[in-house]
Amino acid sequence: MQSSVSRLSLWLLLTPFLLWIVLLVLLPHLQMLRVSFQVRESWDTLAWGIDQYRNFFTESYYWRTFVRTGVMSLFTTFLTLIIAFPIAWYIARLARGKARGLLFLACLIPFWASELVRTYGWMILLRESGLISSWLQLLGLADAPVEMLYNDVAVIIGLVYNGLLFMVVPLVTTLDGLDENLVEAGYDLGGGHLTVMREVVVPWAMPGIVSGCIVVFMLTLGSYLTPILMGGKDSAWFTQQIFTQFITRFNWEQGAALGVLLLVLSSVIVWVGLRLSGQSLRKVMG
Amino acid sequence: MASDSDLSCTGLVRRFSGHAAVDHVSLNVPAGTFFSILGPSGCGKTTLLRMLAGFDKPDQGDIYIRGQRMNDVPPNRRPVNMVFQHLALFPTMSVGDNIGYGLKRQKVPLAERRKRIAEVLEQVGLPGLEGRNPQQLSGGQRQRVALARCLVLKPTLLLLDEPLGALDLKLREQMKVELKHLQKAFGTTFVYITHDQSEAMVMSDQVAVMKDGRFDQVAPPEALYREPATPFVAGFVGDNNRISGDLVAVQGELAEIRLDDGSLVRGRIASDDLETGGRVDLFIRPESLVLAGDALNSGYSGMDACIRSTLFDGANSRVEAEGAGNNTLYARLPQDGSAPRFNENATVRLAWDPALARVFGARI
Amino acid sequence: MIRSVPRSRWFDALYLGYLVAFFLYLALPLAVTGAFAFNDAPYPSLPWKGFTLDWYLADGTGGRTGLFHDDGLLSALWVSVQIAFWVTLVSVALGCVNAVLFERLDFRGKEFLYLLMLLPLVIPGVILGVSILVFYSGMANDASRSWGIELDVFRPGMTLVVMGQVAFISTLSTLVIAARLRKFDRQLEEAALNLGATPLVAWFTVTLPWLLPSIAGAAAMAFLMSFENFNTTVMLTGSDTPLTVALFNRLREGSTPVLNAVALLLMVGSALLALIAMGRSDKD
Repeated sequence: MQSSVSRLSLWLLLTPFLLWIVLLVLLPHLQMLRVSFQVRESWDTLAWGIDQYRNFFTESYYWRTFVRTGVMSLFTTFLTLIIAFPIAWYIARLARGKARGLLFLACLIPFWASELVRTYGWMILLRESGLISSWLQLLGLADAPVEMLYNDVAVIIGLVYNGLLFMVVPLVTTLDGLDENLVEAGYDLGGGHLTVMREVVVPWAMPGIVSGCIVVFMLTLGSYLTPILMGGKDSAWFTQQIFTQFITRFNWEQGAALGVLLLVLSSVIVWVGLRLSGQSLRKVMG
Repeated sequence: MASDSDLSCTGLVRRFSGHAAVDHVSLNVPAGTFFSILGPSGCGKTTLLRMLAGFDKPDQGDIYIRGQRMNDVPPNRRPVNMVFQHLALFPTMSVGDNIGYGLKRQKVPLAERRKRIAEVLEQVGLPGLEGRNPQQLSGGQRQRVALARCLVLKPTLLLLDEPLGALDLKLREQMKVELKHLQKAFGTTFVYITHDQSEAMVMSDQVAVMKDGRFDQVAPPEALYREPATPFVAGFVGDNNRISGDLVAVQGELAEIRLDDGSLVRGRIASDDLETGGRVDLFIRPESLVLAGDALNSGYSGMDACIRSTLFDGANSRVEAEGAGNNTLYARLPQDGSAPRFNENATVRLAWDPALARVFGARI
Repeated sequence: MIRSVPRSRWFDALYLGYLVAFFLYLALPLAVTGAFAFNDAPYPSLPWKGFTLDWYLADGTGGRTGLFHDDGLLSALWVSVQIAFWVTLVSVALGCVNAVLFERLDFRGKEFLYLLMLLPLVIPGVILGVSILVFYSGMANDASRSWGIELDVFRPGMTLVVMGQVAFISTLSTLVIAARLRKFDRQLEEAALNLGATPLVAWFTVTLPWLLPSIAGAAAMAFLMSFENFNTTVMLTGSDTPLTVALFNRLREGSTPVLNAVALLLMVGSALLALIAMGRSDKD
């Protein structure tokens, strides 16, 4: 009797989970995979083939954007980590009492606005008629309006901005748990700043670092607004091509293939990252 | 079932994957007494307690509370309440709501509830703290709230799972005495489990010493101390010295033992499975060892020992010495000025009244 | 490096400078966006022409239409609120159920299912949107073509947006609630049973109150994430566009201070929601 009651409750709890994961995640992705191998011969006949994937590799525009997106996402992630680490360290270890809470709250501020608003803010600052351009002219550092938008640097500024919060929070959480005695012991046993950082702090913070990097990388790789609004004509992002295939060209088969490729890229990079750092998804995310 | 017995268990067995955590335990707790189960961690005492509370079911045997069989009664319908090891005060409720929780489940009306909460808080010495949050209280106060939460329900039986473990030493000493007084005042039957022999000794009317899922001995504290029934009890309850040797002769109540260095000593026989020529252990308490110069009582046994160090600890000061056959011995140093000063490596004679030593067959 | 280890003065100064620069970088875009919501000029850029509330209140007579008279934006706001409401409801409910499932029960394949639960975290939002579009909209197309059945719920629109957002927001709410449940002392439930509560009463009187702060936190987070989401939403939205998509479309036509007005309103709203959620969880 006992076991039938617990079986019932297990199924009661398992059903919503399975509905969610199967209907909203697994089946749609399998269907996307299936569609990506369909070739439309006429409006109502379909055949199987790898035409879409062949397109991807033969058209340099596709795979160049693909590689560019991957490399720039990795670079953005790395940059975010470098920028966020001292901040997280300060909040977790050096700030006290009220200042600590306030600084942490300040880091959350960008999250109060959507990606669109954040990007819009940067546009107001960086564009030719923007604030920074005006200030530069006012200070006499420039004689004519300066266009700082629509280039890769602008895109990276925007992307780093979007990712910072998601890097700072996991870093603060792990660094918070670091026993200061460990650091003191590191110095006491003769380590310098760099040694202690490398041998004691970074290994301890690894789960937070990896967790932050994964989230920021995924956000960056999948971002759409920032590259399209802040990037130049030739700084295309891969998500844009997926969007174009689906929304503008109604070429679902090609779009699905590009989607699968992006998913493969993100999975491979996340997997490699976990492997290199010796972490597991469960440990860093759960 | 005897009507004056609040709790009685017969042949309780609980197995976890083949290993018996509780192995044929029977016990009988008279109404209104303080009963302790004392044992090292892993001896099965927590499993036993959880079966009494209903969080675990025995594989064999029966549990009776006031003559009612409890085996199939769920925990929420047993007339048993429990003070948990970490107290388990509900952090989302005030002290008053914590104490009122059980009353509310019994559908006691609000006014009556308020009255009884105030009463019980008064009784445990925390009047007027209903509105506080459990987190705001000190360790000792939380202890009392946990007790009050159970006592307000007037349970037949109160189970306590090492509740003093988290307190610091001074407070623990104080709470020991207080718990005993509270038990007397409420007249509730307490079943208390602990690994701390001093807690069990100070508070209990009866102590069961548990080892490997079985009761080694059930007796009042003093009997446990003076007449341990097994070598385990002799070693576990209070400090004791163990000296090994071979049994050479039995003279009435006394056994004559040849130590490994050839000297002969005597002690009272404590188990009936002794055979001449067999290996035996003699247990003698530190306070029974006399640091003798020459004025030895004629009937005393003794051995020469080499002083290793003096351990000053107030009334509990001892001297550590090495006796025949590399036995480490501790002898009590009276702090009334009668004890001589010792130099390290000096040789002394340690002597005892054979009637105070207990001899068991050696554990293999 | 830590407080007890001495640092040189110039290192401290450098560190402080870095902190200031960092928080300036964080605050600047938002501050500027907010400020220009009140600039009395048709274009959000310098010079400052004076303070006005036109971009909120103007009714279109003077050539300016403020946010509160802009029906397009207002209806988009309403669509967003509806979507966020449903997403919050479903994903928090799912989060509770999943948390109990993974923290309290043991069953075969649990590790594997847990990894599946984490999966949406490593799927780019665009892909989530695309796959749901392909699956459900494709299904609706097939049904229409083969059997003449119109499955309009599965066409791009509000239902699909809610489904797409629930797909990944549920993972986050599960993580938040499960983290709190993990810290729950099982002895508390036993204590409740011991004091005479039935298992169900124990759950509602002891466990649920314990989870409440995390449920409120998860709800606030789900609402914000849903409200601000663009990548998944843009793939699934139909004729009733939610606010972020509507703003994006406006932005491509050119920026006006009305956009700043909306942005500021969103920031204030989100900040209030975040503060309320944090204030609640601070209390215990």
